[in-house]
Amino acid sequence: MTLAYPITSLAAHPPRLSPGYKSTVKRSPQKPLIIMRHTLSELTGPVYGHETVRENDHDLTIQHKSEPLGERIIVHGHVLDEDGRGVPNALVELWQANACGRYIHVVDQHPAPLDPNFTGAGRAQTDAQGYYKFITIKPGAYPWGNHHNAWRPAHIHFSVFGHAFVSRLVTQMYFPGDPLFEFDPIFNSVPDENARLRMVSSFDLDNTQPGWALCYRFNIVLRGRSATPMETK
Amino acid sequence: MTPNGAYEWNDAFTNNLVTPDTSGDRIRVEGRVFDGDGQPVPDAMLEIWQADAQGRFSDPQDKRALPNSSFKGFGRCGTDPNGGFVFDTIKPGTVPDPDGKPQAPHLVLAIFARGMLLQLYTRIYLGGEAANAADPVLALIPADRRNTLIAAREPGAGKAVYRFDIHLQGDNETVFFDI
Repeated sequence: MTLAYPITSLAAHPPRLSPGYKSTVKRSPQKPLIIMRHTLSELTGPVYGHETVRENDHDLTIQHKSEPLGERIIVHGHVLDEDGRGVPNALVELWQANACGRYIHVVDQHPAPLDPNFTGAGRAQTDAQGYYKFITIKPGAYPWGNHHNAWRPAHIHFSVFGHAFVSRLVTQMYFPGDPLFEFDPIFNSVPDENARLRMVSSFDLDNTQPGWALCYRFNIVLRGRSATPMETK
Repeated sequence: MTPNGAYEWNDAFTNNLVTPDTSGDRIRVEGRVFDGDGQPVPDAMLEIWQADAQGRFSDPQDKRALPNSSFKGFGRCGTDPNGGFVFDTIKPGTVPDPDGKPQAPHLVLAIFARGMLLQLYTRIYLGGEAANAADPVLALIPADRRNTLIAAREPGAGKAVYRFDIHLQGDNETVFFDI
């Protein structure tokens, strides 16, 4: 196999120890990571077909009896490789809080209401050109205990399987113009401004559906010189 | 905040990689994840990727014949309140390194969690395998840290159970790879 996934581009990613984000302090390794050549074990990855993704898994607004409350949006884009080629048949998973900033999760104690018509999880598979599309509700900001008056900017978590286990990416998509950006240690854990801005979607008026939903575009680049910074919360 | 069982969602991924028509020796890998204070990490998500019993990957990029096509080779498991996880799978076969040299049976493991801005990659090797002594990747690791990647086989009859604890930080820190 001649595929190569260079490690130079990983420099754009956040350092594992980012003390402003407190949970990294006890969860980041202190010993040097071991550099190794990629073998077949790293260069291959799971392949999932249409049996994995059901027809309406990409539409988070029709999973329940009624429509969820909130601002209906389309989030779409392409999964690309470092050379700008679309990555076909990539599995894209998404999860998010509801319009009030509340997750369906046992440890989410934020005193904002759950929406009985919104779960907040979806998945899609890219087409032959690497294109994906979700329909959802714009998530709300929410408070968290990292520091005094800490609030996460509105964001959607993305998890992407590329064509190798080393191109596995978990990241967060943000919305343009959010006033919380400058105060958020997770967003700012990505040191390079250009890399940071690759996590911010763009408002897509051309693909907004009149009378129905606003639209945001979010392209995801796997591994390589313009790779999307990874992060998880 | 990672999704967990509280989502009313038919998860496509499982920590049981074995189907009735999978060939190979059944094994269980179980362990716990700990932080730098030795406290369990109850909110991690672990993913494994491995070859089948013949050392082939369920990926069209692996151009070799795939005799065991029912085996997908991928699993996902969230940790429980004690940091615990378990995978039911099969013992992987031998996979060549880029020079064609055989690697000892191993599973690639990726760890995701709150407080981990990037996933960490490691490998799970199986205790008691003679091939571990000649494995080209284990040979890259300082001898006093190599044991952190070798899961201990638990005594007893029946299905082989291997224990693999993960220490994200500290004296017994697991070896992670820069890949």
